[in-house]
Amino acid sequence: MAISPKKTPISEQDPKVRAHNFKEVCLGYTPEEAMQEAARCLHCKNAPCIKGCPVAIRIPDFIAAIKEGDFEKSFDILSQSTALPAVCGRVCPQEKQCEGVCTVGRMKDRSTGLNNEPVAIGKLERFAADWKASQPAVKPTPVPYNGKGKVAVIGSGPSSLTVAGDLAKLGYKVTIFEALHLPGGVLMYGIPEFRLPKAIVQHEIDNIRALGVDIEVNVVASRTVTVDEIQKNFDAVYIATGAGTPKFAGTPGTNLNGVFSASEYLTRINLMHGYEFPAYDTPAKNSKHVAVIGGGNVAMDAARSALRLGAESVTVLYRRSVDELPARIEEYHHAVEEGVKFEFLTAPVEYIAYSGDDKNEMGKLVGVKCQRMELGEPDASGRRSPKPIANSEFTLEIDTVIEAIGQSSNKVLLNAWPELKTNKYGYIEADEATGGATSIEGVYAGGDIVTGAATVILAMGAGKTAAKAIDEYLTAKAAN
Amino acid sequence: MFKILSKSALAANEFDIWIDAPQIARNGHAGQFCVLRVNETGERIPLTVAEYDREGGRIRMIFQTVGKTTTALGKLNEGDCIHDILGPLGTPSEIKKYGTVLMIGGGVGIAALFPIIKALKEAGNKVITILGGRTKDLVIMMDECAKYSDELIVTTDDGSYGVKGVVTTAMDMLAQRGEKIDYCWAIGPSIMMKFASLKAKELQIPCWVSLNPIMIDGTGMCGGCRVTVNDKIRFACVDGPEFDGWGVNWNEFMTRLRQYKDEEKISLEKYKSEVGE
Repeated sequence: MAISPKKTPISEQDPKVRAHNFKEVCLGYTPEEAMQEAARCLHCKNAPCIKGCPVAIRIPDFIAAIKEGDFEKSFDILSQSTALPAVCGRVCPQEKQCEGVCTVGRMKDRSTGLNNEPVAIGKLERFAADWKASQPAVKPTPVPYNGKGKVAVIGSGPSSLTVAGDLAKLGYKVTIFEALHLPGGVLMYGIPEFRLPKAIVQHEIDNIRALGVDIEVNVVASRTVTVDEIQKNFDAVYIATGAGTPKFAGTPGTNLNGVFSASEYLTRINLMHGYEFPAYDTPAKNSKHVAVIGGGNVAMDAARSALRLGAESVTVLYRRSVDELPARIEEYHHAVEEGVKFEFLTAPVEYIAYSGDDKNEMGKLVGVKCQRMELGEPDASGRRSPKPIANSEFTLEIDTVIEAIGQSSNKVLLNAWPELKTNKYGYIEADEATGGATSIEGVYAGGDIVTGAATVILAMGAGKTAAKAIDEYLTAKAAN
Repeated sequence: MFKILSKSALAANEFDIWIDAPQIARNGHAGQFCVLRVNETGERIPLTVAEYDREGGRIRMIFQTVGKTTTALGKLNEGDCIHDILGPLGTPSEIKKYGTVLMIGGGVGIAALFPIIKALKEAGNKVITILGGRTKDLVIMMDECAKYSDELIVTTDDGSYGVKGVVTTAMDMLAQRGEKIDYCWAIGPSIMMKFASLKAKELQIPCWVSLNPIMIDGTGMCGGCRVTVNDKIRFACVDGPEFDGWGVNWNEFMTRLRQYKDEEKISLEKYKSEVGE
């Protein structure tokens, strides 16, 4: 039987409807659809997909279990490699990872001569995880303490949750310190509900708590508990505080009312439920015409959130072209379907302030002066660098700007811990080969605080190798 | 959850509470603040800590009811809990021996000034304190500030107590009598801090102010609290809250404070209609 050239279609909310609500866009496979999609997998011996996955999930095996209808077994196989399958199935850029190297996707369809679509690995992973979550919960039994030590984990994003889960399964006493009032890091405050429902994140965190991991919220490591206290009370430390400080481009007018970092905009909406104001106290601005600066996933999330809050128009300004867009292609398509407009090869040069007589309007943003760009020679990153075109300025009427041009490392902990070596970009120097060992013995680091802003799955991958390294370190220490 | 151990009223709509928070009490310093959330649907607001009782494991907060969250906080009583308190946040005040320091406080900002007065006195400075308010009843913590000050001057707009005038009136008086001041701190309503800074610059006294912009996380991850100081963007929650008062862009700062005026009103009215005045 020939393989279907296309992925089994998955149901999604109608773009016209979903553009006005925060409910999840993609509705997921039914068991029948999942089994049908699983049948497209060739179960290749060399399994390039496994090499394409940063945590090396046994992809053909978990898919084979779905094909047989043994969803429990499928979930078990996933769990051996990942602590957050429901999350990763949703937010991984599979087109650049497992699905990008899938053999099915590299074959041509005989009748059309076009490339097949790869197996929908992410959607199947998500299916298995969601199926498991819908079953009566079996609480994992905490592993008794192995006597080898206590581990402090700083931050509670995907990297930390992975380390904590893995170490708890080995019998370590693990305490996570989280500064915000809810654990989850970017999964809670960054990625919106319509892409990653918070109930799913909460479910995964509950599972990790059930393993015996202690999560202390409202704790800033280095302030609420000092570095000395952490070093005195714990035998090893894992730092995964992320890359959470927003960058501002420094465009004139950056501090006008109506200009936000994407971090602020998304935190207000996701963590603080700004879209449910005034049932929740934190307001999110009602905007008419929104400009989002940047082309990554954060920019897509901010643009689509602004639309859902009722903006009449949302325009993404990106200084390169659609081919360089760093966002996931699926999310770009979702944004276009929902009505987000794109101005490629465009950069802001000035945010314009109200200049009339109404005192209440003073200091407010009323427009963005933009400039057209053209692409020059490839730069060090291999991407063609944008150059401004002379006399190409034009002005858009805009009352809200959201800058999504990247993040850098948060210095609060690093400043308080000068012995911790950082690189020239301000991230922690950690040796990946040794599982994230830093300049201080017993202190490990991973995720965005080492690499700069990257992906959920890479942060988890770093967590997995660090857990192994910490286990070896503490085992050797206990033996002495 | 953080339990309120005691509560008293200081002035009309001003409350003084002690909260059980041993970790914050142990590691907090003068000049730092906390971010708190009253309940599960609540917003996160910054409040300064007026006192850290390390042995007693408790912190003291003084606040004025100005909007929904502070009104809801004011309704909590001894034994009730605040859902979340994060702290101590921000960079502590630079406490050392300067010589003579001038401490200027207004409104509820006096509560934020108090721990700095105390720390500077304990560091061996000569402390002159000016406390200002519209009328006598609004000048809080007079006795406590006096206890750690070599001299206390009170100003009231209406002349109901002390010097009739505003805090800058008293600054001029000190200058006229030839008092040599090495450093000053001004903490209070933004308009007061602005004019105290301008006066300090005129008198060539370096001046710290403690800025209170809108904050969300309070840990440097959103930039909602950004301010311009000496033409640079700074985040008040991690780089401050204390900055060089001479260099603050006050107009921008005050404009940004008004950013959610409409929403704040909606929120307070809804709350009052549900709970009553």
